[in-house]
Amino acid sequence: MLGAALILLPLAALVGSALSLRQAAEIWPHLAAHVLPTALIQTGLLLAGVGALSAAIGVGAAWLVTQSEFPGRGALEWLLALPLALPTYITAYIYVEFMGFNGPLQGALRAATGWRSLREYWFPEPRSLPGAIVIMALVLYPYVYLSVRALFVVQSAAIIDAARTLGAGRGRLFRHVGLPLARPALAAGLILVLLETLNDIGASEYLGIRTLTLSIYTTWLNRGSLAGASQIACVMLLLVFALLLGEARLRERRGFAISAQPGRIAARRRLGRGAGMLAALACLLPVLLGAVLPVGFLIAETLRLQRLAGLDPALLGQLGNALLLAMAASLIVLALGFGIAAAARRGQERFLRLLARFAGLGYAVPGTVLALGVLIPVAAIDNLVADTLRRWFGREVGLVLIGSGAALLVAYAARFLAIGINGIESGLARIPRRVDDAARSLGAGGGVLLRQFYWPLARPAIATAGLLVFVDVLKELPATLLLRPLGVETLATTVYGHASRGVFEEGAPAALLIVLAGLVPALILARIRPAQKEP
Amino acid sequence: MIGKTHLSLLALSSCLLATPVLAQSVNLYTTREPALLNPVLESFTKDTGIKVNAVFLKDGLQERIRAEGANSPADLMLLVDVGEINAAVAAGITQPIRSETVDKVVPAQLRPDNNWVALTQRARIVIASKERVAQDAITYEELAEPKWKGKFCIRSGQHPYNNAFFAAYLAHNGEAKAESYIKALRGNAARKPGGGDRDVARDIQSGLCDVAIINTYYIGLMSQAKNEQKGWFDAIKPLRTSFAGGGTHVNVSAVALARNAPNKDNAVKLVDYMLGEKAQAVYANGNFEYPVNAAVKDSAAVQLLGPVTPDSLSLSEVARHRKPAADLVDKAGFDS
Repeated sequence: MLGAALILLPLAALVGSALSLRQAAEIWPHLAAHVLPTALIQTGLLLAGVGALSAAIGVGAAWLVTQSEFPGRGALEWLLALPLALPTYITAYIYVEFMGFNGPLQGALRAATGWRSLREYWFPEPRSLPGAIVIMALVLYPYVYLSVRALFVVQSAAIIDAARTLGAGRGRLFRHVGLPLARPALAAGLILVLLETLNDIGASEYLGIRTLTLSIYTTWLNRGSLAGASQIACVMLLLVFALLLGEARLRERRGFAISAQPGRIAARRRLGRGAGMLAALACLLPVLLGAVLPVGFLIAETLRLQRLAGLDPALLGQLGNALLLAMAASLIVLALGFGIAAAARRGQERFLRLLARFAGLGYAVPGTVLALGVLIPVAAIDNLVADTLRRWFGREVGLVLIGSGAALLVAYAARFLAIGINGIESGLARIPRRVDDAARSLGAGGGVLLRQFYWPLARPAIATAGLLVFVDVLKELPATLLLRPLGVETLATTVYGHASRGVFEEGAPAALLIVLAGLVPALILARIRPAQKEP
Repeated sequence: MIGKTHLSLLALSSCLLATPVLAQSVNLYTTREPALLNPVLESFTKDTGIKVNAVFLKDGLQERIRAEGANSPADLMLLVDVGEINAAVAAGITQPIRSETVDKVVPAQLRPDNNWVALTQRARIVIASKERVAQDAITYEELAEPKWKGKFCIRSGQHPYNNAFFAAYLAHNGEAKAESYIKALRGNAARKPGGGDRDVARDIQSGLCDVAIINTYYIGLMSQAKNEQKGWFDAIKPLRTSFAGGGTHVNVSAVALARNAPNKDNAVKLVDYMLGEKAQAVYANGNFEYPVNAAVKDSAAVQLLGPVTPDSLSLSEVARHRKPAADLVDKAGFDS
């Protein structure tokens, strides 16, 4: 029930504020005529582009590293997860610098050609729709990669071997066996990619893309109409709702359970020299562009700053705050997610199953809007508590939930619950129904089923979900900025502070720490394998 | 599972519990980045023994204070755009600042009914390529002329800085003229409006555009930069900019006293302190803004950019035109 409250609370506040003001009605004709058409088209193109590119990179790389053997494969298998550790807005800033007029590429080009100004040549501009698509896909493709790779690793070797025996070539194997098998994992990863793209504000604003999320912000801030903004957000949620419904349908129509004992892992085919080099290059490219280049930039800037002024000792405290918040939020999301996913699987309550389906809504709402949705009811509780304690006990406690950071944790949980539920559900989906039936026929109760079967079998999926939440909380900005207690800074808020003064480079050490703190889980993520249980 | 959640919540609460509100402290909610305020806040604490707890917020500062209601710890809010400030006053989360220092130091038009008090001013002006542009002065109106076709750069028309600028234009010239002005500016743009204020300087250096609109303090900060931004600065020159027959468009950073301020006296002390000559010099010079205290002569901004004559239009008048200005920007498809 707590989980339900978490998801519903901000959404209810959102709908409430969408309904509360009459003034909002006045701005709709304007929005419909001048704002929404562009916003819808740009958002649609952005989603399609980022989705397609992430899917291509994610599935392609996952297939290569699980099915074939080539130089560097072992390292690439985990390196491919790295870009996830970078916040999208940081990667966007870095690419604008890197590809900019003073960046190394254009500098080298001018040095080589003798050109002096941009009027003499054309150069790709990252501040554009294609630029935004590439940059966001480079950060977000690991969602697809991780989820699809996990599936390719465990899928029964028997299927693949059978196909090989029947003479299927690599191409046919991929098209007729790999892709269909990957579909549920692809859908799960892709949903996260699309929702992240949809709720992004930092990168798309900086790159000049007029998304729906951006129009929510300008409606709220420039027209002073929170109601109008909430209404656009509600429209956006309807779209997400349709998306999630579609995915749920897709999943329910087929059974995807594979053996509970993964058994043999299909042998990887050794590629010839040429093909091997090509495969290595194909897997290396997203790592180079998505992780090595931006991290290299951050390291260079950090070293430069250190030489100039030394590093700010406050960074350590900010790192501590960020880690503490990320850990607490991951634990909460896992506990709730496991509970909801397990209950939904056992079909105890229709309500819970619905809830599990639509937890993604919290993920799709723009961060600040979600944070406002948490802020308003939580502050009301806080005031009630403060007033009551003052009246009855004469004690001043201030705002307990906001002042302690608990409000922030509520926002994180509401936002990232989807990762917990989806991840754990896809883990549980691998356990065949007959396990449940057998356990029940032997008289095992729900608790036993949970402890003895769901937990051990879904443990890798649970760990994966937990680490994803951890990394996401480290990177999260809008809710952290709005709801953090007085005097608490995290790495993300520090980076943002520098960026909003127009000196993004000075935030490089904090950004680097976010990446490093996220790197550890990203590495662990890539190494997680399903528990090889004794038969 | 629910018990577990409560436990971790509690554990975290006790770890994160913010510094208890001491008797001698003041809580500042600010949309200006703390790095720009810290030197002044630190010397305030040193001189008075009053600790300043600052929280840097962006969108939603007003909503947070309103939601926190009667028990809000907020004493002061420091905001960097007149639209934000007027919205806070309109939302009923402020109270007038009663202080002799304020009345003495700050000109009346920069503290309407003392609901808010300006600390610094900045101008939004035109910069141009040193190499390719000969003139040293320009009017905002001139930017719409065909001679700048494909040579003009600007950030998003919906950014608060541009929103306030277009609002001022609208207040001066009326809707029809403002609409055609915004369209003509868009027509002159060398690239889609976007990026930040500093990016336009880079775009001038790279030859993408010849003229651009920027806030004055960015010019100052770039002049001090120790990286490629110095190169952007070297490529540009500030033009004396004004409305035809008027002055330069300015905006303010200002403070307002929270309606339920628990440390009201300390808050007023901080406001008085920030208006003093010493603090004004540190704060304004650190950020290349124009101090409101007239006793501070020769500020860094004046040295770099020369004196500025603010437009006669009152800032409250500008703020009133924000919404229609935002509509015109959408209508013109300025950002697409």
